[in-house]
Amino acid sequence: MKYTVNEQGYYGDFGGAYIPEMLYPNVEELRQQYQNIITDESFKAEFKSLLKDYVGRPSPLYHAKRLSEKYGANIFLKREDLNHTGSHKINNAIGQILLAQRLGKKRIIAETGAGQHGVATATVCALMGIECVVYMGEIDMERQAPNVARMKMLGAKVVPATSGSKTLKDATNEAMRDWINNPVDTHYIIGSVVGPYPYPEMVAKFQSIISLEAKKQLLEHTGNELPQYVLACVGGGSNAMGMFYHFLEDEDVKLIAIEAAGKGVNSGHSAATSVLGKEGILHGSRTILMQTEDGQVVEPYSISAGLDYPGIGPQHAHLHKIKRAEYVNITDEEALQAGLLLSKLEGIIPAIESAHAFAQLEKMKFEKTDNVVICLSGRGDKDLSTYIKHFGF
Amino acid sequence: MNRLNSMFNQKKNNLLSVYFTAGYPDLNATVDVAEALEKAGVDFLEIGFPYSDPVADGPTIQNSSQQALDNGMTLNVLFEQLAELRKRVSIPVLLMGYANPMVQYGVERFCAKAAEVGVDGVIVPDLPMYEYETLYKECFAKHGLSNIFLVTPQTAEDRIRKIDGLSNSFIYLLSSASITGGSLTLSDVTETYFKRIKDMELNNPVVIGFGISNKAAFDKATAYANGAIVGSAFVKFQAEEGYLERIPEFVKSIRN
Repeated sequence: MKYTVNEQGYYGDFGGAYIPEMLYPNVEELRQQYQNIITDESFKAEFKSLLKDYVGRPSPLYHAKRLSEKYGANIFLKREDLNHTGSHKINNAIGQILLAQRLGKKRIIAETGAGQHGVATATVCALMGIECVVYMGEIDMERQAPNVARMKMLGAKVVPATSGSKTLKDATNEAMRDWINNPVDTHYIIGSVVGPYPYPEMVAKFQSIISLEAKKQLLEHTGNELPQYVLACVGGGSNAMGMFYHFLEDEDVKLIAIEAAGKGVNSGHSAATSVLGKEGILHGSRTILMQTEDGQVVEPYSISAGLDYPGIGPQHAHLHKIKRAEYVNITDEEALQAGLLLSKLEGIIPAIESAHAFAQLEKMKFEKTDNVVICLSGRGDKDLSTYIKHFGF
Repeated sequence: MNRLNSMFNQKKNNLLSVYFTAGYPDLNATVDVAEALEKAGVDFLEIGFPYSDPVADGPTIQNSSQQALDNGMTLNVLFEQLAELRKRVSIPVLLMGYANPMVQYGVERFCAKAAEVGVDGVIVPDLPMYEYETLYKECFAKHGLSNIFLVTPQTAEDRIRKIDGLSNSFIYLLSSASITGGSLTLSDVTETYFKRIKDMELNNPVVIGFGISNKAAFDKATAYANGAIVGSAFVKFQAEEGYLERIPEFVKSIRN
């Protein structure tokens, strides 16, 4: 198990819990209790039942024939876009709300970038009748307006983050400040595999259902549970970690993580963390992040709000460093074209985040017998205005 | 013995510390502000090195940090200013800032440089005890720097004892579990908490910070601790016209 976390919360050189003392009791409570809670039979039963009956799992593994024909390989889409609320984010939100209930918490806070995690959190809070506050960058609120409306309709309070770059990293800062101010009754549902230990591990576990299902489904499709390639986009990296999780120990499976290059890696408008970042500390963990020489966090850019984050989760930093996964990047333009192509070839409009993963297919050379699994992490409804603006429909 | 320890040996009560952000409101304000605070009778200084993402800080210190960064403040600039500062200021100086800039600068290099320019201690709120103990403690000790830990109302007693064991100048007691810039509520709960800490009879002196914005809060805090730290209230005051000349007035409004 060389890819998983050690007792101190580290993946190799990365991870840990770099938090102010004010958050120590909260994080320590989680660390001590989450393992017992999530391995408890009643938790497992409720989690499983909600994923099945409420979320609609298992999500299909769809053999995309026209896409396969175009790229000369057998391409399978893990359809997280078909989940209730439209993305993989709901898997983690369900897990954490059940955890919060068992910790006796009365109030939920969350950060959101594209709004998918915010919507997922608002949804599970409505389901359980728990107060919900979502922090969202002011700029993201503008570019993802439909998701803001959805969260409000679900009864959540959406608070604009107006500091810094007014995007995901600042929403995360604001959520952490809220948690510092409300240490006893509040649980912070972090939406990605970032933050202080045990969050990266906990979120990865809740998302690992993606690869658990995919293995079984691939076996049914192909007679072999292992593909040659697994692809997923990475902002903080939760869908990718879920998609990689059960393939980590299968060393022959090539794992490819796709970051957002924005307007180009060297354009000054990019979110390609593994290329542009250096080791440091962000949002409570030691990881790779985009920063100045003086250690100030650089404001990233991507057309996709869900990938517009200056760091990656610590486990990704580790997989990158030891080269277990390959980290590549895709520009805004390439992603939009890939989104259009998937719409036309397969009748599926992907989230722009997920479209980054599909754009990577253009850059790869396959054998005809290769099996490729791509995580289609979310649907494109929330991005229609961006697609419309770009293609002039 | 560093300046902090000498100070606590000589004076046990009513110690006043003031926090300000280096490079705010002007890049070169740092030394003038420090000197004015010393002349106004402040016992020790807490100088913030700015960070883009200060999660433990409220809007006042967030804004001063951003302004300082916009003004061009970096650790290199700050260390130059501090070398100058030591020619004019003799009270203890603490640096307060977040882990990432320190890690990028290099912890060994940071400690060596800080000691060289006359810094006495460091407060890094997001540097955890485990990492401090395993990676940085030796380095701090080698350069004679104190690491100051925070304690909050939620910190468990055994952890406070452990912090007391790891501390070698003072313990920074938060008046409440909150980000900076609040105001101390003089409730029974707060007093019970202050009293609980006082009754623990810790080895290290205790200084209370967060929410110390006026004389009433200062008096309340110093009834239970050796001193108190004023932060956001001073940074807010720095936005006023002619604040530098009026620093004695500000200090008197907190402790006379």
